Amino acid sequence: MKNNQKIYDVAIVGGGVTGCNIARELSRYSLKTVLIDKNAEVGFGTTKSNSGIIHAGHHNTPATLKGRLVVRGNQLFDQLCRELNFGFSRIGELVVARTPEDLPVLERLKEQGKSKGVPGLEIWDKNRLLHEEPNLSHNLLGALWAPTAGVINPYEFVFALIESAIENGVELKVESPVQKIGQEEGHLVVQTPTEKIHSRFVLNAAGIFADQVARMAGLDDFTIYPRKGEEYMLDKRLKGLVRHLIFPVPLKTTKGILIIPTFDGTIMVGPTAQDVGDRHDIATSYEGSHQVFDFVRQICPSINERDTITEFAGLRAVSDTDDFIIGPTKVKGFINVAGIQSPGLTSAPSIAEYVLEILRQEGLKLHERKNFKSHVAGPPRFALQSLKEQGERIGKDSRFAKVVCRCELVTEAEIHDAIDHGARTLDGIKFRSRAGMGRCQGGFCTSRCMGILSERLKIPYDRVTKRGGDSWMVQKMKDESSC
Amino acid sequence: MLGRMEEKYDVVIVGGGPAGLGAALGARDAGAEKILIVDREPEAGGILLQCIHSGFGLHYFKEELTGPEYAQRFIEKVIDQDVDVIPEAYISGVVTDSEGSKRVRVMHEKRGLHTIECQSVVLAMGCRERTRGAIQIPGTRPSGVLTAGLAQKFVNMLGYLPGKRVAILGSGDIGLIMARRLVLEGCEVVGVYEIMPYSNGLTRNVVQCLEDFNIPLHLSTTVAQIHGRDRLEKITVAPVDKNLKPDMKRAKDVVCDTLLLSIGLIPENELSQGLGIRLDPVTSGPVVSSTLETSLPGMFACGNVLHVHDLVDFVTREALLAGRFAGEWAQGVRRPTDNIRLVPGENVRYCVPHTLSPGRDHMISMRCKEPMKPCKIKIGDLMEKKLRFVVPAEMIMMRLHPDLLDRFHGDSVRVDITPVEAVKP
Repeated sequence: MKNNQKIYDVAIVGGGVTGCNIARELSRYSLKTVLIDKNAEVGFGTTKSNSGIIHAGHHNTPATLKGRLVVRGNQLFDQLCRELNFGFSRIGELVVARTPEDLPVLERLKEQGKSKGVPGLEIWDKNRLLHEEPNLSHNLLGALWAPTAGVINPYEFVFALIESAIENGVELKVESPVQKIGQEEGHLVVQTPTEKIHSRFVLNAAGIFADQVARMAGLDDFTIYPRKGEEYMLDKRLKGLVRHLIFPVPLKTTKGILIIPTFDGTIMVGPTAQDVGDRHDIATSYEGSHQVFDFVRQICPSINERDTITEFAGLRAVSDTDDFIIGPTKVKGFINVAGIQSPGLTSAPSIAEYVLEILRQEGLKLHERKNFKSHVAGPPRFALQSLKEQGERIGKDSRFAKVVCRCELVTEAEIHDAIDHGARTLDGIKFRSRAGMGRCQGGFCTSRCMGILSERLKIPYDRVTKRGGDSWMVQKMKDESSC
Repeated sequence: MLGRMEEKYDVVIVGGGPAGLGAALGARDAGAEKILIVDREPEAGGILLQCIHSGFGLHYFKEELTGPEYAQRFIEKVIDQDVDVIPEAYISGVVTDSEGSKRVRVMHEKRGLHTIECQSVVLAMGCRERTRGAIQIPGTRPSGVLTAGLAQKFVNMLGYLPGKRVAILGSGDIGLIMARRLVLEGCEVVGVYEIMPYSNGLTRNVVQCLEDFNIPLHLSTTVAQIHGRDRLEKITVAPVDKNLKPDMKRAKDVVCDTLLLSIGLIPENELSQGLGIRLDPVTSGPVVSSTLETSLPGMFACGNVLHVHDLVDFVTREALLAGRFAGEWAQGVRRPTDNIRLVPGENVRYCVPHTLSPGRDHMISMRCKEPMKPCKIKIGDLMEKKLRFVVPAEMIMMRLHPDLLDRFHGDSVRVDITPVEAVKP
């Protein structure tokens, strides 16, 4: 190693919700931290396809690590939301009983939750349930009410976390897939296609690829089994169909297929749970669609697949222990943060705390940074503002009067804001501003967003991508200079 | 005048496409003095501006024009008639006060949030394309799956190709037009796949855009799977059974980097819905009276926001009418409420308008559910007409003479399309 070679204190592999929470937590301290991700932007893996639920915590037994971390994670969200201004709402959750056999399960979940300190759990009878949720099936028998459950926009959360982390000195390297991990003079070396990254600690938060990254470090003690979940997003006109998260009584492998009123007011139904061999298999299917709609109709009969505006699938990183795998390994400095499946999003903030404690035990000195800036402004969200606020916004910046995405009322100022805050792709703009998320699915605004990206990044249209890599949008016409 | 927007108008028109332009001329003909068109795009003309192929104006002008030419003729007329047009403006709401006059809220870069008072409003927002999500094509989500209209914008407005090897799902007119356009630009169009046993585009487009270019049209076939990680790599196509379900045993893969969707158009009624205007679930457009007035008094609708048309000439005809009634309304003309419902019967998907009134000249637009040939259309006992054929892709228009309803007693008229014996030549 050359003398001037930079050695990081911590290199985080993977910019999903786990890696970004750790990065932001580390940015409170005087450390040299780098986060590397293989995609064009953070949050483009499992995170962006997440259901966006902040679980109350009663679902998981305290015998597991995830069962212990979830309740603390839930509690951390109020403070995080105040600091980072991502969309978060504690709308509460109802686990509904469909059969008489489900009723004792509700009691069991309630006791399990109480023993872990989940506040406010109540059993509701049928009348109370249908009074609160009149559109649910009259065949339901009752429900467990968990008021501390909530919904967030998971991509907004990671974008805010990484923005805060970068603001406080963390470096971000995107489009940097890890190819090799080696050791050199008492530290680790992470090789990407363009550089070698030297670091005392390497945190493996590589999601569904975490076992492969561990193998690069010479570790062969766990395997990740991708489990696919398909989700179906319904038209906004169904806003208010249900007011709370609706869960069935959980199955063995999953919490079942849910009805999710998202933070933005759309209804989402899903996910399915299917073990798949291929780590790139994020295909939706006829079977998945039938499974989701057949199931949710038993709970909410008026839901119709014809109201779907889009669908997508994501992969859960299920480990062979079926629990989070978090801890040091026999390779000095290499720490796994793997197998983060549900309730991974909820637990991510408490995972970050837990990982910091491990780093401290492993000898990392944590000195608090004096000038830590905790605040991130968050997106403008013009559509959610009152007329008066909208008028004031336009008065200050006339680009707020130029509507780019008419379905979701997203203005030109917000597209620029998304780019100012790190968007480099069309999906990056979409997940930050909602442009293209509505019922026309970008039919009208895609070309406008491409134009703004092209102008701001100083690249021609044919280099604008949907989500980086080979996801180009257009090609040049035949060379006209030869005519 | 282009770019002028004042505080008070007789008629405000939402949208500057062919419907909005036609409505402005209709309102002027009816004597309305102050007329404003509010358009969200930098230039009026609507989607016509990206339709650089010819075939427009055959009915209205009796000559063949391109889309921009057709639009330009109306833009010139509108400016000539001193209609105000404000581009790049967005209407975020309309409220009606107790005296019936309306306040339209407009967002504009230079004017900020601006409120305009007017007497009547014409909704002319046009339509949007159905998407992949709406029909739930299974598979991954690579780039390269886009609506035919967006591809048309890429090619004709921006000068870029959506890809090189293109498949098209759906045989709507824009898809057919784009098949030909892309071949002319050097792309390979591998085929058009249509789930129905018949084309959903105009016959002339099937002939001129596919047959003349040897592009295969696969009827009763759909795209059953999309493959590719970052960019589209291939699609799985499969024939469908009677229930339109794909038969995966007979499925095959087709390599392509682009899939265009031409699977239907949906009237864009977000504004109308927000105002509480009653919509017809079949057309997805407003329910309108014989004066093309919606369920909100003084608010009229025409063009593709009312129901999807196949020819712009018919949009113009409808828009002139809607504009005329909106212009009369602004001057205080109030007509008796319609008292006869027009009800779609056998093999009729919808009829517009939804109600009729004696003594009024009616132009009825309708579509059939299924192809039929030869056949006759019966409008109650009032009139009937024989047709060589009807197909869902081609709108049928029939004029109902003013005096036909005068002797009519009853509260509804049913429209039926029924087969007739073929007449031997």
